[in-house]
Amino acid sequence: MTGHAHLLYRHGDSVVHRLPAHVKVTALLAFVLIVVSTSRQHYLAFAGFAALLAVVAVVAQVPPRFIATRALIEVPFLVFAAILPFVATGERVDVLGLSLSSEGLLAAWNIAVKGTLGVVASILLAATTDARALLLGLQRLRLPARLVEIASFMVRYADVVASDLHRMRIARESRAFEARHLGHLRVVAQGAGALFVRSYERGERVHMAMLSRGYSGAMPLSGAAPATRSDWATAAALPVAAVLIALTLEVLR
Amino acid sequence: MHVPDGFLNAPTSVATGAAAAAGVAIALRKARDEMDERQAPLAGLAATFIFATQMINFPVGAGTSGHFIGGALAAVLVGPWTAILVMSVVLLLQSLLFADGGLTALGTNISLLGLAAVASGWLITRAVLAVLPRRQASVVPAAAIGAALSVPIAAVVFVLLFAAGGSAALPFGTLLASMIGVHVLIGIGEAVITGLTVSAVLAVRPDLVYAARGLRAPLALKQADGTVVAPDAEAGQTTRVSTRALLIGGALVTAIVAGAVSFFASSSPDGLESVAETEGFAEAAREHTFGGFALADYGEVGGIPVGLAGLLGAAAVLVVGLVLFRLVRQRGDSVDATPPP
Repeated sequence: MTGHAHLLYRHGDSVVHRLPAHVKVTALLAFVLIVVSTSRQHYLAFAGFAALLAVVAVVAQVPPRFIATRALIEVPFLVFAAILPFVATGERVDVLGLSLSSEGLLAAWNIAVKGTLGVVASILLAATTDARALLLGLQRLRLPARLVEIASFMVRYADVVASDLHRMRIARESRAFEARHLGHLRVVAQGAGALFVRSYERGERVHMAMLSRGYSGAMPLSGAAPATRSDWATAAALPVAAVLIALTLEVLR
Repeated sequence: MHVPDGFLNAPTSVATGAAAAAGVAIALRKARDEMDERQAPLAGLAATFIFATQMINFPVGAGTSGHFIGGALAAVLVGPWTAILVMSVVLLLQSLLFADGGLTALGTNISLLGLAAVASGWLITRAVLAVLPRRQASVVPAAAIGAALSVPIAAVVFVLLFAAGGSAALPFGTLLASMIGVHVLIGIGEAVITGLTVSAVLAVRPDLVYAARGLRAPLALKQADGTVVAPDAEAGQTTRVSTRALLIGGALVTAIVAGAVSFFASSSPDGLESVAETEGFAEAAREHTFGGFALADYGEVGGIPVGLAGLLGAAAVLVVGLVLFRLVRQRGDSVDATPPP
């Protein structure tokens, strides 16, 4: 995280980038809820949802390669999904000579498709929203002020603490330390202990600095631009389209 | 253990979301007693710290590695209520900024890692502290045992949620046994790191360890004529673990041990091991992926060759705890022996 950007953020200037963060988070939550509640046998609906996300990605100018790389985070759950057909109970079907549980196959499909759609949607949010805008958005969404403050400190100091860690690692390595067996866990854990003390003491100093600048227990509210009606209308396009797809397929069945 | 979208059905996700919101609301109210108005910057940096330590990977078996959760560690260092806030914020930002853990699964993740892991870790730590000698060094084995058990307890909660709202008809016993099996091993790694980290902090700034508050030896002034006077100021600071906390903690420990043992006994070891390995592998792959784009250079513990695979269960945890206790007690004694400047 450097400055207001974070690892998944892609600087850009599109309709999606310009939407206020709280509008985007609300739209994302609505969309994912619709995806999760859609019956897993509406195969076409999921194709429709994927198409919707593809449209958002094109509008937001987020390249498919970027999304694919970040979506790798989901792989372990796909592995879990892949073993479901073998271990789940229920009637078996023969696929290519393997005896698989049909219930397990459906469950695997369910986890894979919903998980992937959720991850891609989250990546699109993260790619188009910088950390500061997101914090202001969370504030607008009435997340308790204390939590927003904690989150904003975390965002602000993640870089600092990460470089603390980096310096410790350099110090260990320049003394020819290399974690080779479990006894070395002690060294790493001592590093973690030192990191906690450093972080905590930094917190104390930050608090002193805040006090000297007139902090009285609550952060001044920095105004997030209120969302206009057209912002809401733009963002609502995604979940509304998703509902339409789901309903249409429901009627056609 | 960051659950993605679609793993649990919508009603279960909404229910865990409500549980998480209620837990965080209570924690917000209670946390004020733990950190007063310094709370925001201190909790913020504690959150950053936990976020960083979650990059620690450790091997738990052939090709399998677990990752540090930090619920018990946070509870021991900053207090249970603040720890809930810290874990919740970490999970919230991981979900929104790193696409790690689904947005609809956020409530589930907070319930598992924020509430279940922190609460069980804290209660067990307090319960163990109640039976150990009243000194600061006792916090180390207590925290290690709390951390060790908090991981399988969170796993059991996950299995219960999966049974209630999971999308697959998995045999409950097999899933429970394999989850407990893997997470007992992860719990051992969690215990070692938590114990050593707490002991490192205790050695430098014992006042920062929340669980060690009230465990300092009372101040004793030695007069010129050799008589020892104990000022009364310290007398009010001693705290005892309530019997209720002890009972709840003990019941949790017993339930976990009994559950684990009975399931290990009832399922064939081969099937258990294979499921455990595939599921454990899932965790390993996920963490390496995550480590690939955030603070990746911290995961060097992953290079340590396998050594823990054979050590199973509570016996191992107990040994770890006792060794830690001895190490720290020796260090504590030597510190006590040095004359004050």
